[in-house]
Amino acid sequence: MGSFVQWLIESMFLWKALIIIVIFAITLAIAAYSTWGERKVAAYIQDRRGPNRAGWGGLLQPLADAGKMFFKEDFIPAQADKWLFILGPCLSMFTALMSSAVVPFGSSFIIGGKEVFVQAIEINIGILYVFGVVSLGVYGVMIGGWASNNKFSLLGAIRAASQNISYELAMGMSIIAILMMSGTLSVREIVLQQHGGNWNIFYQPLGFLIFTICAFAECNRTPFDLPECETELVGGYHTEYSSMKLGFYLFAEYINMFASSAVTACLFFGGYNYPGMDFVERQLISGFGANAGHNVATLIGIGSMFTKILFGIFFFMWVRWTVPRFRYDQLMNLGWKGLIPLAVGNLIITAVAILSGYKLVGIWVGLALMVILISIVWSLRPKKKNAIMGA
Amino acid sequence: MQLTNRAKKTDKSELSLFERSYLPSLATGLGITIKHFFQAKPTIEYPEQKRYLGPVFRGHHILKRDEEGRERCTACGLCAVACPAEAISMVAQERVKGEEHLYREEKYAAVYEINMLRCIFCGLCEEACPKQAVYLRHDMFVPVFTDRSDVIYGKDQLVEDMTHRYKRDAWTKKDAMKLWK
Repeated sequence: MGSFVQWLIESMFLWKALIIIVIFAITLAIAAYSTWGERKVAAYIQDRRGPNRAGWGGLLQPLADAGKMFFKEDFIPAQADKWLFILGPCLSMFTALMSSAVVPFGSSFIIGGKEVFVQAIEINIGILYVFGVVSLGVYGVMIGGWASNNKFSLLGAIRAASQNISYELAMGMSIIAILMMSGTLSVREIVLQQHGGNWNIFYQPLGFLIFTICAFAECNRTPFDLPECETELVGGYHTEYSSMKLGFYLFAEYINMFASSAVTACLFFGGYNYPGMDFVERQLISGFGANAGHNVATLIGIGSMFTKILFGIFFFMWVRWTVPRFRYDQLMNLGWKGLIPLAVGNLIITAVAILSGYKLVGIWVGLALMVILISIVWSLRPKKKNAIMGA
Repeated sequence: MQLTNRAKKTDKSELSLFERSYLPSLATGLGITIKHFFQAKPTIEYPEQKRYLGPVFRGHHILKRDEEGRERCTACGLCAVACPAEAISMVAQERVKGEEHLYREEKYAAVYEINMLRCIFCGLCEEACPKQAVYLRHDMFVPVFTDRSDVIYGKDQLVEDMTHRYKRDAWTKKDAMKLWK
C-alpha cells in the first residue's frame, strides 16, 4: 500500500487527474455563467438590465435555471426512437466537453521538481484531435433530430449536418495555413512559437477572419443558427426535447463556445502569452525563487489565457445580438463560394510567403494583391441586364 | 406630393465588392450595439425605485372622515351606482343616539366593501360622491395580493386613520417623491 501511495505521488497521475478535474469544473462553470452572461449582454445591448433578481446582479440565475430544467417533465415522444433520443444530447455534451482536453491553459507548474503542464493531455496531434472531436459533435445534433421523428427536427438536423460539413472545409484550410507556418500539430508548440508578441493574427488576418466565421457556424451561433431556427423550424433539432435533455443541448452550445474561444486564443492570439511576460517571469523568479516564481508567472499566464477566452465568448454574444440570421442559400453561398476560395487563396499566399523568406511582409503583400485581383475580376464581370442601376 | 421630409429614397444600386463582403455593415452594426451596451439604461427598477405618478394619480381608495373624526359616508349608494365595474357594495344603517361622534349623518355604512379585482380605478365613485367621502389616493397603490380573500377591502382597510390623515398635498414632483418613500 505504501508503495502505491508513493507511486501515486511520484507519478504524474495524481496531478493530471487534478488538472483534468479542475479544467472540467472550470469549463462547466464558464458554460453555466455564459448563459447568465448571454442574457446580460443581450439585455445591455437592448438597453435593458437583464436578470438581476436571483443573487447579486442575478449571479444565481444559472442555478435557478438548472433547477428549473431538472424539475421539468422529461418527455419522450411515443414515436421517437427512445435510445437514440437519449443518446443525442449525451453525445452532444460528451463531445463538447472533450474538445478542451488538448488546449494548453497555461505554461507549467513545477511541483516537487516535476514539470506539470496546465493541460489535460499533451499530444502531438492536438489540432487534429480538436477537429476530430468537433466533427463528432454534429452527430449529437443529427441523432437527436432523427430520433425525434418530427419533420422540423429532421430538417434542423439536416441543416446542421450540411452546414457543419461545409464550414469545416474552410475552417480546416484556414488552419492548414497556420500549420504550414508552425510546422507542428501540437497546440502547445503553436502557442510557444507565438511567444513574444509574435501572434499569428498578424501573420494570418484573413485566416483569422475565415476561422472566426467558421467557428460561429460550427457552434451553431447566430448568424448561422439555422439548425435551431425558431422562426422556420419551431425549435429545429431540439423541438421535441424538454427538461435536462434540452438543457444538455443548450449547455453543449455554450461549452462549444468556450472551447472554440480557447482554440482561437491558442491559434491566433498566442494562448497564455502576453506582452512582457519574460520580464514579469524574471522579476518573479528573482523575487520568489525559481520554482515559486515560475508557478506565479504561470498563474498570470493562465489569467491572460482566460481573459482572451472570455473576450472571445463576449464577441460571440456581441455578434449574436447584432446580426440577423442568414437565409439558408446565403449560408451555403458564403461557405462554398466565399470562404473556401478565400481559404485556398490564403493557403497559396502563405505558402509563397514562407518560401520567399519574408513571412510577414509576404503575406500582407500577397493579401493586397489578392484583393486587387478580386476587384479587377469583379469589375470585369458581365453586368446583369435587368439589374436596377442607380435610378 | 410630399408631405414630410422624412421619406428616404431607397438605394437600389448594385452593391460594390466591398459592400458585398458584408464586413462594413457588420462593423457598423457591431458599433451600434456596443454603443447601446455602454449606454445608461432607462429602466426604473420598480419595487426599489418608484416613479412619480403625478398629483392626479388614482390609487388606493380611502373613506374620509371630517375634521372631528366622523365618517363622512352616508351610504347613499351613488358610488356603487356610478361604478362601471360594480366593485362597490354597502349595507346602510341608521345612526343611534350616542353615535354622533362617529358618523356625521343620520345614516351610515355599516359595511362598505370594494372588490379590488373588479375595480378599474376610474375614479367615478369619487366624482359621484355627494359627501366627499370616497377618494382614490395619489400616494399609495393597492398592494399585491396572493389570495382571493385578501381582495375584498372592508371598512377596516378603507376608513381614514386620524393620526395619518390623507391630504392631497404634494403637487410638485419634489414633494411627491418624499411621499413615495
